[in-house]
Amino acid sequence: MIRNFIRAALIALGVAAGPAMAEEPFIVVQSTTSTQNSGLFDYILPWFEAETGIDVRIVAVGTGQAIRNAINGDGDVLLVHSKPDEEQFVADGWGVERFDVMYNDFILVGPKSDPAKVKGGSDILSALTAIAEAEAPFASRGDDSGTHKAELAHWGAVDVDPTDASGTWYRETGSGMGATLNVASGMGAYTLTDRATWLSFGNRGNLEVLVEGDPRLFNQYGVILVNPEKHAGVRANAAQRFIDWLVGPDGQAAIASYVIDGEQLFFPNAK
Amino acid sequence: MQNFAAEFSHALSLIFTGDSELWAIVLLSLKVSVLAVLISAVIGMPVGAALAVARFPGRRMMIILMNALMGFPPVVVGLLVYLMLSRSGPLGVLELLYTPTAMIIAQMVLVIPIIAALTRQVVEMLAEEYSEQLRSLGVSRLASVPVLLWDARLALVTALLAGFGRAIAEVGAVIIVGGNINHVTRVMTTTIALETSKGNLALALALGAILIGIAIAVNAMVSALALRAEQEGLRHA
Repeated sequence: MIRNFIRAALIALGVAAGPAMAEEPFIVVQSTTSTQNSGLFDYILPWFEAETGIDVRIVAVGTGQAIRNAINGDGDVLLVHSKPDEEQFVADGWGVERFDVMYNDFILVGPKSDPAKVKGGSDILSALTAIAEAEAPFASRGDDSGTHKAELAHWGAVDVDPTDASGTWYRETGSGMGATLNVASGMGAYTLTDRATWLSFGNRGNLEVLVEGDPRLFNQYGVILVNPEKHAGVRANAAQRFIDWLVGPDGQAAIASYVIDGEQLFFPNAK
Repeated sequence: MQNFAAEFSHALSLIFTGDSELWAIVLLSLKVSVLAVLISAVIGMPVGAALAVARFPGRRMMIILMNALMGFPPVVVGLLVYLMLSRSGPLGVLELLYTPTAMIIAQMVLVIPIIAALTRQVVEMLAEEYSEQLRSLGVSRLASVPVLLWDARLALVTALLAGFGRAIAEVGAVIIVGGNINHVTRVMTTTIALETSKGNLALALALGAILIGIAIAVNAMVSALALRAEQEGLRHA
């Protein structure tokens, strides 16, 4: 009786999951907070959805969590920005093939007072060294995201282990890019962010861009179909159509046309 | 901060001009939480009442456990439900992850202990009060459960409201099992979290204001109903 009641109630509200439908009316994309917080998906997806009728459902988490969710089969497409991890994902058989989609760059933002005197530089390594020497507050994502991995790689390159200073000048927020920018803004800390999230961020306070233009700050996004042989539930047909669109001329043009305040946020570079 | 006032008034205008996107989010929040509370009541009330009147070994332990579960962190509940519903989990074939149904399930796990624990308290008091009458009528302890629940109905409304408050306000569980997907599983609290992380603090705050408004409205409505029921009860008595 109770079960019937629950089922009836769910159906009445239109929220019950129907049986898997052959036409695959929607797909789930595991992606990153940077692509969502920047508003990119809200901007480009209507084109794809109008063309194909396929509803694209974005789950935005850090790259590390997105990859783990995809390994669990909880997504049909993975769209993240940490190339070594993406290649590992494919090599381990969880993904079918990786394609470049687009890039932008990371930037170092920090308080206008700039206690470590890094402003105007274009060398991320010397800037990080200066911050570590000055023991100036630095907000790290600390969440195994693509941005966090990039940041850790730069610290490794200057042979500084900032986690030794965890809790003093090095603050690991363990949260998304926007939340970390809120922390940096609140405590006057430096932080490494992708440019797209920065351009669309609404609470900059005293923060400004201090270091940019280092080729090491290149930020590449890739897209991968989750392997249907590992998870039978993967909606491979619709997911493949989405990937084809994204790396094809229409999707690439849509990405290129996303502009905030006259600045392009992502640069398509599918081959 | 001069933007703050402008942004806040923009958010308020969205609310009062009936912005369809915003209201769809409000409506989904209500659907999910109301349904979670109703189903939780169907399960939680009989369980609470049974614990109140039945005597069996381990009962004390169960009551302690239930009371402790009232404070279960939503994010842990979210994680547990995620592990169950994931395609790699035992219930993966149901394809419920990232649907409103998953959010209802997570909220039920949070709400059932509250409703059951509060029901137990109310019913236990009533059972003591009426124990002689029930015994003289030859009603067994378990058979008295429906009668006691009916008699306690007004007090149980409070239990429902407490459950609703927990369900509509939580974010940690629904953001994990729902995925905060636009137009599918995005509810008030996850929208607030998202707007905060975009740095749109005023918009987030305005959404928070609606959330409080909803909570007040629901409470007022229910207490008005309860009051009317009470008055009618007096008239018939």
